[in-house]
Amino acid sequence: MEKKDLISIMDYSKEEYLRIMELAADFEKTPNQKLLDGKVVASLFFEPSTRTRLSFETAINRMGGRIVGFTDAGSSSVTKGETLHDTIKMVSHYSDLVVMRHPLEGSARYAAEVSDVPIINAGDGANQHPTQTLLDMYSIIKTQKTLDNLNIFMVGDLKYGRTVHSLLMAMSQFENPIFNFIAPEELQMPKEYKMYLREKGIRYFEHKEFTDIISEADIVYMTRVQKERFSDPIEYEKVKNVYILKNEMLENTKPNMRILHPLPRVNEIHTDVDQNEKAYYFTQALNGVFTREAIIAHTLNLK
Amino acid sequence: MKESIKKKLKLKVSAISSGTVIDHIPSKNLFKVISILELDKTDNMITFGANLDSGKLGSKAIIKVSNQFFEDDDINRIALIAPHAKLNIIRDYEVVEKKVVEVPDAVVGIVKCFNPKCITNNERITTSFDVISKEPLDLKCKYCEKITHEDQMVIK
Repeated sequence: MEKKDLISIMDYSKEEYLRIMELAADFEKTPNQKLLDGKVVASLFFEPSTRTRLSFETAINRMGGRIVGFTDAGSSSVTKGETLHDTIKMVSHYSDLVVMRHPLEGSARYAAEVSDVPIINAGDGANQHPTQTLLDMYSIIKTQKTLDNLNIFMVGDLKYGRTVHSLLMAMSQFENPIFNFIAPEELQMPKEYKMYLREKGIRYFEHKEFTDIISEADIVYMTRVQKERFSDPIEYEKVKNVYILKNEMLENTKPNMRILHPLPRVNEIHTDVDQNEKAYYFTQALNGVFTREAIIAHTLNLK
Repeated sequence: MKESIKKKLKLKVSAISSGTVIDHIPSKNLFKVISILELDKTDNMITFGANLDSGKLGSKAIIKVSNQFFEDDDINRIALIAPHAKLNIIRDYEVVEKKVVEVPDAVVGIVKCFNPKCITNNERITTSFDVISKEPLDLKCKYCEKITHEDQMVIK
């Protein structure tokens, strides 16, 4: 059987997205399912990412698997100058599945070519982080009961934010989405994504700041606006407070509306929002464990 | 210009009895074309000229390879750096076939990914791109998924 890697969000079909959603719901109901009994999963974090790693390792543990690996490149043979090729070749002989995070873009696709066992990409530089997108989608389907006909707002750094790019691509596979982009001039959604939407006949609107239009949102996906992204620091100072979501702004929003954020948050969501029932970002993080259990089960054909 | 002088100029690169003439190569890319077609490794007789006058290109280069003929897939590899190249297939001093190069749908090797953080620029990996636009040329890296535009293209 062909091995099922998950490198890029577009590696999955719409049917597979829905299958993951279904499996994630099943794991949420029963998180401890010993499907990985007797299996070894390599968890290779060539750069630290505590949240993603703990979420994966929790998923693996709940499924009864054993973990080998490292938590940053400093404690691996990379410091001795070993190539990614050789590390992956060796580890793929030891384990049944490799979960990897690497600072270089395209490293996961390359690892999948080298490895005999499936690779799950837990982030390759600024390129892809498909398990984040699938957990975002699970959060959306859980709160909206559907992935069709949704009005999705994306706010903040839409230029470099890989999570918004992947989510846009994935949600474009579903019926009749509408996108609203709220971003400063310098951090707008890249034209290739807008072109993709136009080609598919999907509606999108661009805004420079929050307006009353937020009342139409089903999902508000917040991202961090990072100072280092700006070529002109004055430009950052001008916009840094424009993209902060405050509780008072949620007054006229739809009852089903939910706020998502890939975390960590800095100041783009005021803490006064946390108590609002529309704040969903902490539950979203918990959904990561169920979604990753689902992805692992799907990848290894365990369910 | 006198006919006799024109004739002399034409003969700057001598005629071949059988083989392939690749004309209209941009002069600056002559040696890259030689390298891509691995003509630096052949035992066949090769003559070439560079910085020849050309109405279209301003300055062109030409390569004549004796006794060697190219598959379309091989020759299309030079399309990235010599998009206007024309091939004349010669048998017995006569042109028996003319070909133009065509940008292929996929490019393996040859081009460097423009993204410094791409794995292909950090480990010994053959680059691989999907051609998403031919005019102007846009190449999407199979690994980092970034697009290398024509003006950023560096030949390896």
